Amino acid sequence: MKSFLAFIKKETMEQFRSGRLMILCMLFLLFGIMNPAIAKLTPWMLEVLADSLAESGMIVTSVSVSAMDSWVQFFKNIPLALAAFVLLESSIFTKEYQTGTLVLSLTKGLERYKVVISKMVELSVLWTVGYWLCFGITYAYNAYFWDNAIANHLMFSAVCWWMVGLWVVALMILFSTIAGTNTGVLIGTGMVVLASYLLGLLPKCKAYLPTLLADGNSLIYGIAETKTYAAAMIITGATSLICFVMSIVVFNKKKL
Amino acid sequence: MDMLCITGLHKRFGNKEVLKGLNMAVPEHSIFGFIGKNGAGKTTTMKTVLGLLKADAGEIMVAGEKVVYGQTATNRHIGYLPDVPEFYPFMTAMEYLRFCGEITGMEKAENEKRCGELLELVGLRNETHRIKGFSRGMKQRLGIAQALLNRPKLLICDEPTSALDPVGRKEILDILLSVRAQTTVLFSTHILSDVERICTDVAFLDHGTAEVQGKLSDIKTKYRRKEYLLETENDTDMHVLRQAFSDIQQTGRNQLVFYERDSTVFDLMGFAADRHIPLLKLEQAEPTLESLFMEVVEK
Repeated sequence: MKSFLAFIKKETMEQFRSGRLMILCMLFLLFGIMNPAIAKLTPWMLEVLADSLAESGMIVTSVSVSAMDSWVQFFKNIPLALAAFVLLESSIFTKEYQTGTLVLSLTKGLERYKVVISKMVELSVLWTVGYWLCFGITYAYNAYFWDNAIANHLMFSAVCWWMVGLWVVALMILFSTIAGTNTGVLIGTGMVVLASYLLGLLPKCKAYLPTLLADGNSLIYGIAETKTYAAAMIITGATSLICFVMSIVVFNKKKL
Repeated sequence: MDMLCITGLHKRFGNKEVLKGLNMAVPEHSIFGFIGKNGAGKTTTMKTVLGLLKADAGEIMVAGEKVVYGQTATNRHIGYLPDVPEFYPFMTAMEYLRFCGEITGMEKAENEKRCGELLELVGLRNETHRIKGFSRGMKQRLGIAQALLNRPKLLICDEPTSALDPVGRKEILDILLSVRAQTTVLFSTHILSDVERICTDVAFLDHGTAEVQGKLSDIKTKYRRKEYLLETENDTDMHVLRQAFSDIQQTGRNQLVFYERDSTVFDLMGFAADRHIPLLKLEQAEPTLESLFMEVVEK
Protein backbone atom coordinates (compact mmCIF):
# COMPACT_ATOMS: atom_id res chain seq x y z
CA MET A 1 0.00 0.00 0.00
CA LYS A 2 2.84 2.36 0.89
CA SER A 3 4.57 1.84 -2.43
CA PHE A 4 1.26 2.30 -4.25
CA LEU A 5 0.64 5.63 -2.48
CA ALA A 6 4.21 6.71 -3.17
CA PHE A 7 3.71 6.07 -6.87
CA ILE A 8 0.42 7.98 -6.93
CA LYS A 9 2.16 10.85 -5.14
CA LYS A 10 4.84 10.82 -7.82
CA GLU A 11 2.21 10.84 -10.58
CA THR A 12 0.44 13.80 -8.99
CA MET A 13 3.71 15.67 -8.52
CA GLU A 14 4.46 15.06 -12.19
CA GLN A 15 1.02 16.36 -13.26
CA PHE A 16 1.56 19.42 -11.12
CA ARG A 17 5.17 20.26 -11.97
CA SER A 18 4.86 19.53 -15.68
CA GLY A 19 2.01 22.07 -15.79
CA ARG A 20 -0.51 19.53 -17.11
CA LEU A 21 -2.69 19.85 -14.02
CA MET A 22 -2.88 23.59 -14.57
CA ILE A 23 -3.79 23.19 -18.24
CA LEU A 24 -6.48 20.63 -17.40
CA CYS A 25 -7.97 22.88 -14.73
CA MET A 26 -8.14 25.81 -17.10
CA LEU A 27 -9.55 23.64 -19.84
CA PHE A 28 -12.43 22.29 -17.76
CA LEU A 29 -13.09 25.70 -16.20
CA LEU A 30 -13.22 27.29 -19.62
CA PHE A 31 -15.57 24.65 -21.01
CA GLY A 32 -17.77 24.98 -17.93
CA ILE A 33 -18.14 28.74 -18.37
CA MET A 34 -18.44 28.57 -22.14
CA ASN A 35 -21.71 26.55 -22.21
CA PRO A 36 -23.94 29.05 -20.38
CA ALA A 37 -22.03 31.95 -21.93
CA ILE A 38 -22.84 30.81 -25.46
CA ALA A 39 -26.48 30.27 -24.56
CA LYS A 40 -26.67 33.67 -22.87
CA LEU A 41 -25.03 35.44 -25.80
CA THR A 42 -27.11 33.80 -28.53
CA PRO A 43 -30.01 36.34 -28.52
CA TRP A 44 -27.55 39.22 -28.48
CA MET A 45 -25.56 37.78 -31.37
CA LEU A 46 -28.72 37.22 -33.41
CA GLU A 47 -29.75 40.79 -32.73
CA VAL A 48 -26.40 42.06 -33.96
CA LEU A 49 -26.69 39.91 -37.04
CA ALA A 50 -30.38 40.68 -37.57
CA ASP A 51 -29.76 43.20 -40.34
CA SER A 52 -27.54 40.99 -42.42
CA LEU A 53 -29.87 38.06 -41.84
CA ALA A 54 -32.81 40.16 -42.95
CA GLU A 55 -31.00 40.90 -46.19
CA SER A 56 -30.77 37.20 -46.88
CA GLY A 57 -34.44 36.80 -46.16
CA MET A 58 -34.36 35.56 -42.57
CA ILE A 59 -36.33 37.52 -40.09
CA VAL A 60 -35.26 37.34 -36.49
CA THR A 61 -38.08 37.66 -34.07
CA SER A 62 -37.62 37.44 -30.32
CA VAL A 63 -35.32 34.59 -29.35
CA SER A 64 -35.72 33.06 -25.93
CA VAL A 65 -33.01 30.84 -24.46
CA SER A 66 -33.21 28.53 -21.49
CA ALA A 67 -31.00 26.18 -19.50
CA MET A 68 -31.74 23.64 -22.22
CA ASP A 69 -29.59 25.55 -24.73
CA SER A 70 -26.77 25.64 -22.25
CA TRP A 71 -26.98 21.89 -21.61
CA VAL A 72 -27.05 21.18 -25.33
CA GLN A 73 -23.82 23.14 -25.56
CA PHE A 74 -22.43 21.12 -22.65
CA PHE A 75 -22.98 17.78 -24.37
CA LYS A 76 -21.65 19.20 -27.63
CA ASN A 77 -18.48 20.55 -26.06
CA ILE A 78 -17.55 17.83 -23.60
CA PRO A 79 -16.21 15.53 -26.38
CA LEU A 80 -13.71 18.27 -27.21
CA ALA A 81 -12.66 18.45 -23.57
CA LEU A 82 -12.24 14.67 -23.50
CA ALA A 83 -10.15 14.76 -26.69
CA ALA A 84 -7.90 17.42 -25.18
CA PHE A 85 -7.61 15.35 -22.01
CA VAL A 86 -6.59 12.27 -24.01
CA LEU A 87 -4.02 14.25 -26.01
CA LEU A 88 -2.49 15.71 -22.86
CA GLU A 89 -2.33 12.43 -20.95
CA SER A 90 -1.58 9.95 -23.72
CA SER A 91 2.12 9.84 -22.80
CA ILE A 92 1.54 8.87 -19.16
CA PHE A 93 3.11 5.43 -19.78
CA THR A 94 5.02 5.91 -23.01
CA LYS A 95 7.18 8.74 -21.71
CA GLU A 96 8.38 6.38 -19.00
CA TYR A 97 9.16 3.68 -21.58
CA GLN A 98 11.11 6.09 -23.74
CA THR A 99 13.20 7.53 -20.93
CA GLY A 100 13.56 4.26 -19.02
CA THR A 101 12.47 5.78 -15.71
CA LEU A 102 10.24 2.80 -14.85
CA VAL A 103 13.17 0.39 -14.93
CA LEU A 104 14.65 1.76 -11.73
CA SER A 105 11.34 1.64 -9.87
CA LEU A 106 10.57 -1.90 -11.01
CA THR A 107 14.04 -3.21 -10.21
CA LYS A 108 13.48 -1.91 -6.68
CA GLY A 109 10.75 -4.48 -6.29
CA LEU A 110 7.76 -2.27 -7.11
CA GLU A 111 5.12 -4.67 -8.43
CA ARG A 112 4.11 -3.98 -12.00
CA TYR A 113 0.38 -4.10 -11.30
CA LYS A 114 0.78 -1.21 -8.89
CA VAL A 115 2.15 0.93 -11.70
CA VAL A 116 -0.91 0.18 -13.83
CA ILE A 117 -3.36 0.76 -10.98
CA SER A 118 -1.64 4.02 -9.96
CA LYS A 119 -1.83 5.47 -13.42
CA MET A 120 -5.41 4.23 -13.84
CA VAL A 121 -6.41 5.87 -10.57
CA GLU A 122 -4.57 9.07 -11.43
CA LEU A 123 -6.26 9.45 -14.81
CA SER A 124 -9.68 8.45 -13.49
CA VAL A 125 -9.46 10.98 -10.67
CA LEU A 126 -8.28 13.71 -13.03
CA TRP A 127 -11.13 13.00 -15.42
CA THR A 128 -13.71 12.75 -12.64
CA VAL A 129 -12.66 15.99 -10.95
CA GLY A 130 -12.32 17.87 -14.23
CA TYR A 131 -15.59 16.60 -15.64
CA TRP A 132 -17.69 17.33 -12.54
CA LEU A 133 -16.01 20.70 -12.17
CA CYS A 134 -17.08 21.53 -15.71
CA PHE A 135 -20.57 20.16 -15.02
CA GLY A 136 -20.82 22.01 -11.71
CA ILE A 137 -19.93 25.36 -13.24
CA THR A 138 -22.45 24.96 -16.04
CA TYR A 139 -25.07 23.81 -13.53
CA ALA A 140 -24.47 26.78 -11.23
CA TYR A 141 -24.67 29.35 -14.03
CA ASN A 142 -27.78 27.70 -15.47
CA ALA A 143 -29.45 27.74 -12.07
CA TYR A 144 -28.59 31.41 -11.70
CA PHE A 145 -29.80 32.54 -15.15
CA TRP A 146 -32.59 30.09 -15.82
CA ASP A 147 -33.92 26.87 -14.32
CA ASN A 148 -32.22 23.50 -14.58
CA ALA A 149 -35.53 21.66 -14.12
CA ILE A 150 -36.25 22.06 -17.83
CA ALA A 151 -33.69 19.36 -18.74
CA ASN A 152 -34.97 15.79 -18.37
CA HIS A 153 -32.82 13.14 -16.67
CA LEU A 154 -30.01 15.66 -16.24
CA MET A 155 -28.00 13.78 -13.59
CA PHE A 156 -28.47 10.49 -15.42
CA SER A 157 -27.14 11.86 -18.70
CA ALA A 158 -24.24 13.51 -16.88
CA VAL A 159 -23.31 10.19 -15.28
CA CYS A 160 -23.53 8.51 -18.70
CA TRP A 161 -21.02 10.94 -20.16
CA TRP A 162 -18.75 10.58 -17.17
CA MET A 163 -18.77 6.82 -17.82
CA VAL A 164 -17.76 7.41 -21.43
CA GLY A 165 -14.72 9.30 -20.12
CA LEU A 166 -13.78 6.46 -17.78
CA TRP A 167 -14.17 3.97 -20.64
CA VAL A 168 -11.78 6.06 -22.75
CA VAL A 169 -9.33 6.21 -19.83
CA ALA A 170 -9.42 2.40 -19.62
CA LEU A 171 -8.75 2.21 -23.37
CA MET A 172 -5.84 4.63 -23.01
CA ILE A 173 -4.31 2.52 -20.26
CA LEU A 174 -4.74 -0.68 -22.27
CA PHE A 175 -3.17 0.79 -25.41
CA SER A 176 -0.39 2.31 -23.29
CA THR A 177 0.60 -1.16 -22.14
CA ILE A 178 0.45 -2.52 -25.70
CA ALA A 179 2.02 0.34 -27.67
CA GLY A 180 5.40 1.88 -27.12
CA THR A 181 4.69 5.42 -28.28
CA ASN A 182 1.91 7.87 -27.55
CA THR A 183 1.01 7.90 -31.25
CA GLY A 184 0.16 4.23 -30.80
CA VAL A 185 -1.97 5.05 -27.78
CA LEU A 186 -3.84 7.78 -29.65
CA ILE A 187 -4.40 5.63 -32.73
CA GLY A 188 -5.54 2.60 -30.69
CA THR A 189 -7.92 4.59 -28.51
CA GLY A 190 -9.20 6.62 -31.45
CA MET A 191 -9.86 3.53 -33.56
CA VAL A 192 -11.94 1.83 -30.87
CA VAL A 193 -14.01 4.96 -30.24
CA LEU A 194 -14.47 5.43 -33.98
CA ALA A 195 -15.44 1.78 -34.42
CA SER A 196 -18.00 2.12 -31.65
CA TYR A 197 -19.37 5.27 -33.27
CA LEU A 198 -19.61 3.67 -36.73
CA LEU A 199 -21.27 0.53 -35.37
CA GLY A 200 -23.70 2.83 -33.60
CA LEU A 201 -25.02 3.89 -37.01
CA LEU A 202 -26.51 0.41 -37.34
CA PRO A 203 -29.81 0.50 -35.44
CA LYS A 204 -29.42 -3.09 -34.23
CA CYS A 205 -26.09 -2.48 -32.49
CA LYS A 206 -26.76 1.00 -31.23
CA ALA A 207 -28.22 0.09 -27.87
CA TYR A 208 -25.21 -1.95 -26.83
CA LEU A 209 -22.39 0.48 -27.57
CA PRO A 210 -20.54 2.78 -25.16
CA THR A 211 -20.87 5.68 -27.60
CA LEU A 212 -24.64 5.63 -27.02
CA LEU A 213 -23.94 7.05 -23.56
CA ALA A 214 -22.44 10.11 -25.21
CA ASP A 215 -25.87 10.99 -26.60
CA GLY A 216 -26.92 13.13 -23.65
CA ASN A 217 -29.02 15.48 -25.74
CA SER A 218 -31.66 12.88 -26.59
CA LEU A 219 -32.07 12.28 -22.88
CA ILE A 220 -32.45 15.86 -21.77
CA TYR A 221 -34.95 16.59 -24.53
CA GLY A 222 -36.89 13.59 -23.32
CA ILE A 223 -36.63 11.85 -26.70
CA ALA A 224 -34.88 8.84 -25.18
CA GLU A 225 -35.79 6.85 -22.10
CA THR A 226 -33.24 6.00 -19.42
CA LYS A 227 -33.92 2.28 -19.68
CA THR A 228 -32.66 2.15 -23.27
CA TYR A 229 -29.25 3.13 -21.90
CA ALA A 230 -29.04 0.24 -19.42
CA ALA A 231 -27.43 -2.28 -21.76
CA ALA A 232 -24.87 0.23 -22.99
CA MET A 233 -24.03 1.18 -19.42
CA ILE A 234 -23.43 -2.41 -18.39
CA ILE A 235 -21.33 -3.06 -21.48
CA THR A 236 -19.30 0.12 -20.96
CA GLY A 237 -18.59 -0.83 -17.35
CA ALA A 238 -17.73 -4.40 -18.31
CA THR A 239 -15.42 -3.46 -21.20
CA SER A 240 -13.66 -0.89 -19.00
CA LEU A 241 -13.06 -3.57 -16.40
CA ILE A 242 -11.84 -6.03 -19.05
CA CYS A 243 -9.47 -3.39 -20.46
CA PHE A 244 -8.16 -2.76 -16.99
CA VAL A 245 -7.51 -6.43 -16.23
CA MET A 246 -5.95 -6.94 -19.67
CA SER A 247 -3.66 -3.94 -19.09
CA ILE A 248 -2.24 -5.60 -15.99
CA VAL A 249 -1.75 -8.91 -17.81
CA VAL A 250 -0.09 -7.23 -20.81
CA PHE A 251 2.07 -4.99 -18.66
CA ASN A 252 3.32 -7.97 -16.63
CA LYS A 253 4.71 -9.46 -19.83
CA LYS A 254 5.99 -6.22 -21.32
CA LYS A 255 9.67 -5.91 -22.18
CA LEU A 256 11.05 -2.72 -20.71
CA MET B 1 28.40 -18.59 -1.06
CA ASP B 2 27.72 -17.33 -4.55
CA MET B 3 25.51 -14.24 -4.53
CA LEU B 4 24.69 -14.69 -8.20
CA CYS B 5 24.78 -17.95 -10.07
CA ILE B 6 23.98 -18.22 -13.77
CA THR B 7 23.75 -21.62 -15.44
CA GLY B 8 23.31 -22.37 -19.13
CA LEU B 9 21.81 -18.99 -20.02
CA HIS B 10 20.64 -18.63 -23.62
CA LYS B 11 19.20 -15.50 -25.19
CA ARG B 12 18.44 -14.80 -28.80
CA PHE B 13 17.24 -11.60 -30.50
CA GLY B 14 15.76 -12.52 -33.88
CA ASN B 15 18.40 -14.66 -35.54
CA LYS B 16 21.24 -13.22 -33.45
CA GLU B 17 22.20 -15.50 -30.60
CA VAL B 18 23.68 -13.22 -27.95
CA LEU B 19 24.15 -15.66 -25.07
CA LYS B 20 25.04 -19.26 -25.82
CA GLY B 21 24.94 -21.12 -22.54
CA LEU B 22 26.54 -18.60 -20.23
CA ASN B 23 27.73 -19.93 -16.87
CA MET B 24 28.87 -17.49 -14.25
CA ALA B 25 29.22 -17.35 -10.48
CA VAL B 26 29.73 -14.19 -8.47
CA PRO B 27 31.08 -14.88 -4.95
CA GLU B 28 29.75 -12.91 -1.97
CA HIS B 29 31.58 -9.67 -1.12
CA SER B 30 33.56 -9.66 -4.31
CA ILE B 31 33.90 -6.82 -6.76
CA PHE B 32 33.22 -8.68 -9.93
CA GLY B 33 34.36 -7.22 -13.24
CA PHE B 34 32.21 -8.38 -16.15
CA ILE B 35 34.33 -7.70 -19.19
CA GLY B 36 33.41 -7.84 -22.84
CA LYS B 37 33.42 -5.92 -26.07
CA ASN B 38 30.58 -3.58 -26.98
CA GLY B 39 27.67 -5.77 -28.01
CA ALA B 40 29.05 -8.90 -26.33
CA GLY B 41 25.88 -9.33 -24.27
CA LYS B 42 26.80 -7.73 -20.96
CA THR B 43 23.68 -5.58 -20.71
CA THR B 44 21.52 -8.47 -21.91
CA THR B 45 22.90 -10.68 -19.14
CA MET B 46 22.29 -8.03 -16.51
CA LYS B 47 18.77 -7.29 -17.69
CA THR B 48 17.96 -10.97 -17.60
CA VAL B 49 19.23 -11.18 -14.03
CA LEU B 50 16.89 -8.29 -13.20
CA GLY B 51 13.94 -10.02 -14.82
CA LEU B 52 13.59 -7.29 -17.44
CA LEU B 53 14.30 -9.73 -20.26
CA LYS B 54 13.07 -13.28 -20.59
CA ALA B 55 15.75 -15.93 -20.90
CA ASP B 56 15.29 -18.49 -23.69
CA ALA B 57 16.87 -21.17 -21.53
CA GLY B 58 18.93 -21.44 -18.38
CA GLU B 59 18.59 -20.61 -14.73
CA ILE B 60 19.59 -17.61 -12.65
CA MET B 61 19.81 -17.67 -8.87
CA VAL B 62 20.18 -14.51 -6.79
CA ALA B 63 21.03 -15.06 -3.11
CA GLY B 64 19.82 -18.63 -3.51
CA GLU B 65 16.44 -17.65 -5.04
CA LYS B 66 15.40 -18.31 -8.59
CA VAL B 67 14.83 -15.28 -10.85
CA VAL B 68 11.38 -15.15 -12.48
CA TYR B 69 10.68 -12.91 -15.47
CA GLY B 70 8.03 -10.21 -14.98
CA GLN B 71 7.19 -10.38 -11.29
CA THR B 72 10.75 -10.47 -10.04
CA ALA B 73 10.82 -10.89 -6.27
CA THR B 74 14.59 -11.44 -6.28
CA ASN B 75 14.99 -7.76 -7.16
CA ARG B 76 14.59 -6.92 -3.49
CA HIS B 77 18.15 -8.25 -3.05
CA ILE B 78 19.49 -6.22 -5.95
CA GLY B 79 20.50 -2.61 -6.45
CA TYR B 80 20.73 -1.71 -10.11
CA LEU B 81 22.47 1.12 -11.90
CA PRO B 82 21.74 1.14 -15.66
CA ASP B 83 24.32 2.40 -18.15
CA VAL B 84 22.43 5.64 -18.64
CA PRO B 85 20.29 6.04 -15.52
CA GLU B 86 17.15 8.10 -16.05
CA PHE B 87 15.29 9.71 -13.19
CA TYR B 88 12.15 11.80 -12.99
CA PRO B 89 13.50 15.17 -14.12
CA PHE B 90 10.92 17.15 -12.16
CA MET B 91 12.23 15.89 -8.80
CA THR B 92 15.27 16.90 -6.77
CA ALA B 93 17.86 14.28 -5.78
CA MET B 94 16.42 14.11 -2.25
CA GLU B 95 12.84 13.78 -3.50
CA TYR B 96 13.86 11.01 -5.87
CA LEU B 97 15.65 9.00 -3.19
CA ARG B 98 12.73 9.49 -0.81
CA PHE B 99 10.39 8.21 -3.54
CA CYS B 100 12.62 5.16 -4.05
CA GLY B 101 12.59 4.50 -0.30
CA GLU B 102 8.81 4.75 -0.23
CA ILE B 103 8.26 2.31 -3.09
CA THR B 104 10.49 -0.22 -1.36
CA GLY B 105 8.36 0.22 1.75
CA MET B 106 10.95 1.76 4.08
CA GLU B 107 9.89 3.39 7.34
CA LYS B 108 9.72 7.17 7.11
CA ALA B 109 12.41 7.97 9.69
CA GLU B 110 14.74 5.27 8.38
CA ASN B 111 14.15 6.49 4.83
CA GLU B 112 15.06 10.10 5.67
CA LYS B 113 18.22 8.98 7.47
CA ARG B 114 19.30 6.63 4.69
CA CYS B 115 18.67 9.21 1.95
CA GLY B 116 20.80 11.74 3.82
CA GLU B 117 23.62 9.23 4.31
CA LEU B 118 23.65 8.23 0.67
CA LEU B 119 23.57 11.76 -0.68
CA GLU B 120 26.51 12.47 1.60
CA LEU B 121 28.33 9.39 0.25
CA VAL B 122 27.88 10.42 -3.38
CA GLY B 123 28.44 14.11 -2.73
CA LEU B 124 24.99 15.41 -3.64
CA ARG B 125 23.94 16.46 -0.13
CA ASN B 126 23.74 20.15 -0.89
CA GLU B 127 22.26 19.83 -4.36
CA THR B 128 18.86 21.50 -4.41
CA HIS B 129 18.30 21.73 -8.17
CA ARG B 130 15.90 19.46 -10.00
CA ILE B 131 17.40 16.44 -11.74
CA LYS B 132 16.77 17.85 -15.22
CA GLY B 133 19.78 20.15 -14.72
CA PHE B 134 22.15 17.37 -13.61
CA SER B 135 25.37 16.49 -15.45
CA ARG B 136 26.10 12.94 -16.52
CA GLY B 137 28.46 12.38 -13.60
CA MET B 138 25.91 13.68 -11.12
CA LYS B 139 23.25 11.38 -12.55
CA GLN B 140 25.65 8.46 -12.30
CA ARG B 141 26.35 9.28 -8.64
CA LEU B 142 22.64 9.64 -7.88
CA GLY B 143 22.25 6.31 -9.67
CA ILE B 144 24.61 4.64 -7.24
CA ALA B 145 22.83 6.25 -4.29
CA GLN B 146 19.44 4.91 -5.42
CA ALA B 147 20.92 1.48 -6.12
CA LEU B 148 22.33 1.26 -2.59
CA LEU B 149 19.19 2.59 -0.92
CA ASN B 150 17.67 -0.65 0.33
CA ARG B 151 21.05 -2.11 1.34
CA PRO B 152 21.11 -4.64 -1.51
CA LYS B 153 23.07 -7.86 -1.25
CA LEU B 154 24.06 -7.48 -4.87
CA LEU B 155 24.84 -4.21 -6.60
CA ILE B 156 24.69 -4.43 -10.40
CA CYS B 157 26.24 -1.56 -12.36
CA ASP B 158 26.10 -1.49 -16.13
CA GLU B 159 29.21 0.29 -17.41
CA PRO B 160 29.15 2.86 -14.63
CA THR B 161 32.29 4.67 -15.74
CA SER B 162 32.12 4.49 -19.54
CA ALA B 163 30.79 7.94 -20.20
CA LEU B 164 32.65 9.84 -17.50
CA ASP B 165 35.75 12.00 -17.40
CA PRO B 166 38.77 10.79 -15.35
CA VAL B 167 37.66 12.66 -12.21
CA GLY B 168 34.13 11.32 -12.45
CA ARG B 169 35.47 7.80 -13.03
CA LYS B 170 37.70 7.97 -9.99
CA GLU B 171 34.77 9.12 -7.84
CA ILE B 172 32.58 6.24 -9.00
CA LEU B 173 35.34 3.65 -8.51
CA ASP B 174 36.08 4.98 -5.03
CA ILE B 175 32.40 4.73 -4.12
CA LEU B 176 32.23 1.14 -5.43
CA LEU B 177 35.37 0.21 -3.50
CA SER B 178 33.98 1.75 -0.33
CA VAL B 179 30.73 -0.27 -0.40
CA ARG B 180 32.40 -3.65 -0.80
CA ALA B 181 32.10 -4.49 2.89
CA GLN B 182 28.31 -4.09 2.76
CA THR B 183 27.48 -5.69 -0.56
CA THR B 184 28.65 -7.66 -3.57
CA VAL B 185 29.38 -5.59 -6.65
CA LEU B 186 28.94 -6.83 -10.20
CA PHE B 187 29.89 -4.28 -12.81
CA SER B 188 30.30 -4.54 -16.52
CA THR B 189 32.92 -2.57 -18.33
CA HIS B 190 35.33 -2.50 -21.20
CA ILE B 191 37.72 -0.17 -19.42
CA LEU B 192 40.36 -2.59 -18.20
CA SER B 193 42.26 -0.14 -16.03
CA ASP B 194 39.10 0.20 -13.90
CA VAL B 195 39.00 -3.56 -13.48
CA GLU B 196 42.63 -3.72 -12.42
CA ARG B 197 42.06 -0.96 -9.92
CA ILE B 198 39.17 -2.36 -7.95
CA CYS B 199 38.11 -5.88 -9.01
CA THR B 200 38.72 -9.04 -7.05
CA ASP B 201 37.13 -11.34 -9.61
CA VAL B 202 36.54 -11.16 -13.33
CA ALA B 203 34.75 -12.90 -16.18
CA PHE B 204 35.43 -12.33 -19.86
CA LEU B 205 32.29 -12.52 -21.95
CA ASP B 206 32.97 -13.46 -25.54
CA HIS B 207 30.86 -15.21 -28.19
CA GLY B 208 28.05 -15.66 -25.72
CA THR B 209 29.99 -17.53 -23.06
CA ALA B 210 32.44 -16.70 -20.29
CA GLU B 211 35.15 -19.34 -20.65
CA VAL B 212 37.63 -17.41 -18.57
CA GLN B 213 36.53 -16.39 -15.08
CA GLY B 214 37.66 -16.46 -11.48
CA LYS B 215 39.86 -14.54 -9.08
CA LEU B 216 41.73 -11.83 -10.92
CA SER B 217 45.06 -12.87 -9.39
CA ASP B 218 44.51 -16.55 -10.34
CA ILE B 219 43.63 -15.66 -13.89
CA LYS B 220 46.64 -13.46 -14.26
CA THR B 221 48.90 -16.26 -13.03
CA LYS B 222 47.22 -18.92 -15.11
CA TYR B 223 47.27 -17.00 -18.33
CA ARG B 224 50.62 -15.41 -17.80
CA ARG B 225 52.67 -16.00 -20.87
CA LYS B 226 55.98 -14.46 -21.43
CA GLU B 227 55.56 -11.52 -23.71
CA TYR B 228 58.53 -9.66 -25.19
CA LEU B 229 58.86 -6.22 -26.63
CA LEU B 230 61.49 -5.64 -29.27
CA GLU B 231 62.72 -2.50 -30.95
CA THR B 232 65.01 -2.37 -33.97
CA GLU B 233 67.09 0.47 -35.33
CA ASN B 234 65.52 0.64 -38.78
CA ASP B 235 62.63 -0.59 -40.90
CA THR B 236 64.67 -3.03 -43.00
CA ASP B 237 65.75 -5.01 -39.94
CA MET B 238 62.22 -5.07 -38.71
CA HIS B 239 60.99 -6.53 -42.00
CA VAL B 240 63.70 -9.18 -41.96
CA LEU B 241 62.60 -10.23 -38.48
CA ARG B 242 58.92 -10.25 -39.41
CA GLN B 243 59.61 -12.46 -42.40
CA ALA B 244 61.67 -14.92 -40.39
CA PHE B 245 59.23 -15.12 -37.49
CA SER B 246 55.67 -15.20 -38.75
CA ASP B 247 54.07 -14.87 -35.30
CA ILE B 248 55.79 -11.68 -34.45
CA GLN B 249 53.53 -8.64 -34.48
CA GLN B 250 54.25 -5.04 -35.17
CA THR B 251 52.95 -2.60 -32.55
CA GLY B 252 54.57 0.66 -33.59
CA ARG B 253 57.36 2.13 -35.68
CA ASN B 254 60.23 -0.38 -35.46
CA GLN B 255 58.51 -1.96 -32.48
CA LEU B 256 57.58 -5.62 -32.36
CA VAL B 257 55.96 -7.90 -29.85
CA PHE B 258 56.03 -11.70 -29.57
CA TYR B 259 55.08 -14.43 -27.16
CA GLU B 260 57.40 -17.04 -25.74
CA ARG B 261 55.12 -19.89 -26.80
CA ASP B 262 55.32 -18.82 -30.46
CA SER B 263 59.02 -18.18 -30.84
CA THR B 264 61.61 -18.55 -28.12
CA VAL B 265 63.56 -15.52 -27.19
CA PHE B 266 66.84 -17.39 -27.74
CA ASP B 267 65.90 -18.29 -31.33
CA LEU B 268 65.28 -14.67 -31.99
CA MET B 269 68.47 -13.50 -30.31
CA GLY B 270 70.45 -16.09 -32.27
CA PHE B 271 68.84 -14.99 -35.50
CA ALA B 272 69.61 -11.34 -34.78
CA ALA B 273 73.23 -12.21 -33.90
CA ASP B 274 73.72 -14.23 -37.10
CA ARG B 275 72.37 -11.46 -39.31
CA HIS B 276 74.08 -8.71 -37.31
CA ILE B 277 70.79 -6.98 -36.62
CA PRO B 278 71.29 -4.29 -34.00
CA LEU B 279 68.53 -4.25 -31.36
CA LEU B 280 67.68 -1.09 -29.52
CA LYS B 281 65.59 -2.85 -26.96
CA LEU B 282 64.52 -6.35 -25.98
CA GLU B 283 62.49 -6.64 -22.80
CA GLN B 284 60.07 -8.96 -21.09
CA ALA B 285 56.70 -7.21 -20.74
CA GLU B 286 54.61 -7.08 -17.59
CA PRO B 287 51.48 -9.13 -18.34
CA THR B 288 48.45 -6.88 -18.53
CA LEU B 289 44.75 -7.49 -18.49
CA GLU B 290 44.64 -5.99 -21.92
CA SER B 291 46.86 -8.65 -23.45
CA LEU B 292 44.83 -11.27 -21.63
CA PHE B 293 41.60 -9.75 -22.92
CA MET B 294 42.93 -9.64 -26.47
CA GLU B 295 43.92 -13.27 -26.20
CA VAL B 296 40.52 -14.35 -24.90
CA VAL B 297 38.71 -12.36 -27.56
CA GLU B 298 40.89 -13.61 -30.40
CA LYS B 299 40.79 -17.22 -29.34
